[in-house]
Amino acid sequence: MNAPFFKFDYFNTDVSLIFAFIIGIAFGIALERGGFGRATILAAQFYFTNMRVLKVMFTAIVTAMLGLFYLSVIGFLDLSLIYLTTTNMLPMVVGGLVAGVGFVIGGYCPGTSMVAVATGKIDAMVYVLGMMFGIFVFGEMFPSIESFFNSSEMGSVTLPQYFNMSYGLVVFLVVLMALGAFAAAEWGERKMAAKKSEANP
Amino acid sequence: MTSLTKKFSHAFEKDEGHVHIEIEAKPYSNPYLVGIGLGLVLLASFVIMGRGLGASGALSTLVASGVNAIAPDHASHNPFYSEYLGDGTTNPLKDWLIFQVIGVLVGGFLSGTISHRVKKGIEKGPHISTKMRLIYAFVGGGLLGWGAKLARGCMSGQALTGGAVLNLGSWAFMMMVFAGGYGAAYFMRRQWI
Repeated sequence: MNAPFFKFDYFNTDVSLIFAFIIGIAFGIALERGGFGRATILAAQFYFTNMRVLKVMFTAIVTAMLGLFYLSVIGFLDLSLIYLTTTNMLPMVVGGLVAGVGFVIGGYCPGTSMVAVATGKIDAMVYVLGMMFGIFVFGEMFPSIESFFNSSEMGSVTLPQYFNMSYGLVVFLVVLMALGAFAAAEWGERKMAAKKSEANP
Repeated sequence: MTSLTKKFSHAFEKDEGHVHIEIEAKPYSNPYLVGIGLGLVLLASFVIMGRGLGASGALSTLVASGVNAIAPDHASHNPFYSEYLGDGTTNPLKDWLIFQVIGVLVGGFLSGTISHRVKKGIEKGPHISTKMRLIYAFVGGGLLGWGAKLARGCMSGQALTGGAVLNLGSWAFMMMVFAGGYGAAYFMRRQWI
């Protein structure tokens, strides 16, 4: 068998929607079990009191990255057929900053807000309305910011290509970075917990 | 940690004797185990479909469809909307991300129900009013929707999915999200702590 299955026409678009639904269910379950349906837990990331966001996110990235890497090494999966969003550096940097500010103000990101809506959080419902309004404003502005949106175009480019390193080496470095981040997160949580118990003995 | 992750679902009454039964919400799972699970879901999406996960794209399709329903001329002349509307041969709502996000809603509800964590409520810190919290939720959602569109994706589509395929722009986006979040956190501390 060759992966990605859809790219090798193992099934048609209608069947792909069934997979979309099933994969979405699994995604929702994972987010809910991680505690990501609650804004207080997500926002705690930015005050170093609960680093779940970083832990879950980097573990997921490392898991999927290693899986993709090994599946391509053994010849099961063709990495070049995996969809890669084009890099437009400036709009992505500005968009990332705005999204980060929006994250700590709103308390959710788009995916986690869906789980929060599904588990009854009123603020998440308001958040989703806000998000749709933001997208609408972006759409109305689009003709005037289209040139910025398409600026600093670098095509579909990966970290190994950009830094001229082998794929395996970058995978290794990302794993190292994640392990360092986990150690720092555990240390930071202990520090904050100690500080809190000092303040209210 | 336990105080954050535990909560109580409210008691319900039996018909006779008014026996209150408190069902305790189960604590959230170990974050590293959840991360491995989430990573395997993402990997499955790559293997089956050749694409990762997403969220904001589904809302963009909804917004574009809404604009198209009210002002079709306006929508068709705007390249942002028309990209989500397609060529008109199929219903734009018959879309991979729309079905995936419906799945997220179902999955979140199922998982929350099993662990007694589905409960009507508003997430906020102790020092902020409900009204202000809802205003912040709307404003934050608006900024995130706008920013995610400029960046061609959100935390799911860029940071998580693009992160796993080592996409240069996705990693830049992810670093900027953390920078923006930590940068603004101080000004938002009244809302959360």
